[in-house]
Amino acid sequence: MVNLKVKINDIELKNPVLTASGTFGYGYEFSDFIDLNRLGGFVVKGTTLHPRQGNAYPRMAETPSGMLNAVGLQNKGVDYFIEHIYPKIKDVDSKVFVNLSGSTVEDYIIGAEKLNEVKGLAGIELNISCPNVKEGGMAFGVTCPGAEAVVKAVREVYDSTLMVKLSPNVTDVAEIARAVEGAGADSISLINTLLGMAVDAEKRKPILSTVTGGLSGPAVKPVALRMVWQVANAVKVPIVGMGGIMNATDAIEFLLAGATAVQLGTANFIDPEVTVKVVEGIEEYMNRHNISDIHDIIGGLQL
Amino acid sequence: MNKTVQELAIKENVQLNEDTNLLIFEAPDLKEDLLPGQFANVLVKDSTTTFLRRPFSIYDFDKKTGSFSLIIKKVGDGTRKLCQFNAGEKLSVIYPLGKSFSLPNRDEKVLLIGGGSGIAPMMIMAKAIAHLTSEIHILLGARAAKDHIELEKFEKVGKLHLTTEDGSLGEKGFVIHHSLFNDIKSFDRIYTCGPNPMMKAIGDIAIENDVPCEVSLENMMGCGFGVCLCCVTDTHDKGHQCVCTDGPVFNAKEVKW
Ligand SMILES: Cc1cc2nc3c(=O)[nH]c(=O)nc-3n(C[C@H](O)[C@H](O)[C@H](O)COP(=O)(O)OP(=O)(O)OC[C@H]3O[C@@H](n4cnc5c(N)ncnc54)[C@H](O)[C@@H]3O)c2cc1C
Ligand SMILES: Cc1cc2nc3c(=O)[nH]c(=O)nc-3n(C[C@H](O)[C@H](O)[C@H](O)COP(=O)(O)O)c2cc1C
Ligand code: FES
Repeated sequence: MVNLKVKINDIELKNPVLTASGTFGYGYEFSDFIDLNRLGGFVVKGTTLHPRQGNAYPRMAETPSGMLNAVGLQNKGVDYFIEHIYPKIKDVDSKVFVNLSGSTVEDYIIGAEKLNEVKGLAGIELNISCPNVKEGGMAFGVTCPGAEAVVKAVREVYDSTLMVKLSPNVTDVAEIARAVEGAGADSISLINTLLGMAVDAEKRKPILSTVTGGLSGPAVKPVALRMVWQVANAVKVPIVGMGGIMNATDAIEFLLAGATAVQLGTANFIDPEVTVKVVEGIEEYMNRHNISDIHDIIGGLQL
Repeated sequence: MNKTVQELAIKENVQLNEDTNLLIFEAPDLKEDLLPGQFANVLVKDSTTTFLRRPFSIYDFDKKTGSFSLIIKKVGDGTRKLCQFNAGEKLSVIYPLGKSFSLPNRDEKVLLIGGGSGIAPMMIMAKAIAHLTSEIHILLGARAAKDHIELEKFEKVGKLHLTTEDGSLGEKGFVIHHSLFNDIKSFDRIYTCGPNPMMKAIGDIAIENDVPCEVSLENMMGCGFGVCLCCVTDTHDKGHQCVCTDGPVFNAKEVKW
């Protein structure tokens, strides 16, 4: 038996495989496909203080080895989540994180205060990196003072694990990571989507209603790996890596680069059973390499 | 029936005309009815250009032999590649997805309208309602005679009416120009699938004439099972609704085109 358990702050995950926000709904949508109890954890859809309709269709464009999305944080708001959705997933034997987004520091604070009252929730993943709504988080996430201010404010009102999700749309991600760690983050997750664009040449029009959107999938993996590596070298808090992970080998690459856990996003659309396959694949890799503890892989890149 | 993702073998790949194929899949686990309007999301194996799955309406199914079929019109890389796979090869398919058309009441006079690849759900629909009514009219539209497919099969499941844009078969014009529309009030229900402008035009006429009408939308999809929120259509009462899980079938009155 190999040890797959990892810790994010004081939250123990049974394995390092989580799902990425916005790609896994609220979990129960996958119950026909997989046993949710097998996941290390799952991060639910981006949630805001007030309900949001999201952006107009078309919100998606397929691109080489990936996709652009411009969903724009469509969700029913944090109160609805707490009252109607959380009861349906709270008994799953896995860790649930809520991806919290906002357009003002005040929104983040009130949202975090409400979530602080929810028993059994593993933590918040603070989204300061959504590229798809005006002032929708990314405005905070691309400068050190902005990131620091919102993390500090939420830290003051939130007691459980505070994971902060970083944007790749910055010049120096390590600098932002240090600011976020200094402001009290327990963990850092990255990357959110890369700002991109798609054009329909025949119609001479942008494909997305918003013109620009967020790129995800295998196309972003090299950028994501590089950023995880840079942040791992810059901070001490555990890192949750993501961006283009499609299989166990991809996941192990992120662990080697310094991530304590990983999230799978777009891969869930291609194969709704992928998360469980990645857990099994990591185990198989460890057996093949005679590694008994996952911690011997984390940050284990040989230079 | 629960959703599943499975590697299904192609039982037959039949070229219907120069740009459309019929793909029959072996589905040995198929024990329950697939519902009219439901779709399957197919992974385009070994493609360097097609990353996401491609959705297709269920055309027909057979529980006895354990099989179901899709009609695939080649419009881009993904559909072209899918039409090249041979019998015996396996493809990853997620199915059944989406909600069904609602069924008519007994002995109601029903009009099914399909345009382009939107003819697919009309076959499974006609078969699903055969026990309820014998008044099933099927109106299919295409550009030219050569684009009309599967006509012998459609003739067996309803009274068939055709239009072509060039007049080479059936009445000339779009489906809404067909003479059936002269007495559209004589129908109790309309069900349609096809290009959006066609469905909107039919929906508008149906609403004007007080005939209940359901449309099956074909928005672009990221996942097909309700988690990416990419496929939404705007509606009058409920705001953005997912075409893949709240639809693909909607009441024509609900949709904000
Ligand atoms: C619920 C549902 C049921 C469908 N049923 C059928 C069916 O029974 N038979 C069938 O042939 N097709 C059906 N479609 C459409 C089919 O999914 C698309 O034609 C296919 O995804 C195109 O893939 P591609 O890689 O060949 O084309 P791409 O290279 O992706 O695109 C080629 C062109 O087709 C357009 N296109 C792509 N996807 C769609 C779409 N979903 N709707 C309209 N235009 C699109 C693109 O804008 C582009 O101009 C259905 C779609 C949905 C959502
Ligand atoms: C359709 C879609 C919706 C997303 N919604 C959110 C969201 O609400 N909040 C968030 O923090 N990230 C969101 N993301 C970003 C993902 O969580 C993830 O950071 C990104 O997709 C990179 O990982 P991947 O390549 O594995 O998908 C979304 C991504 C996609 C594709
Ligand atoms: S296609 Fe993903 S929610 Fe409908």
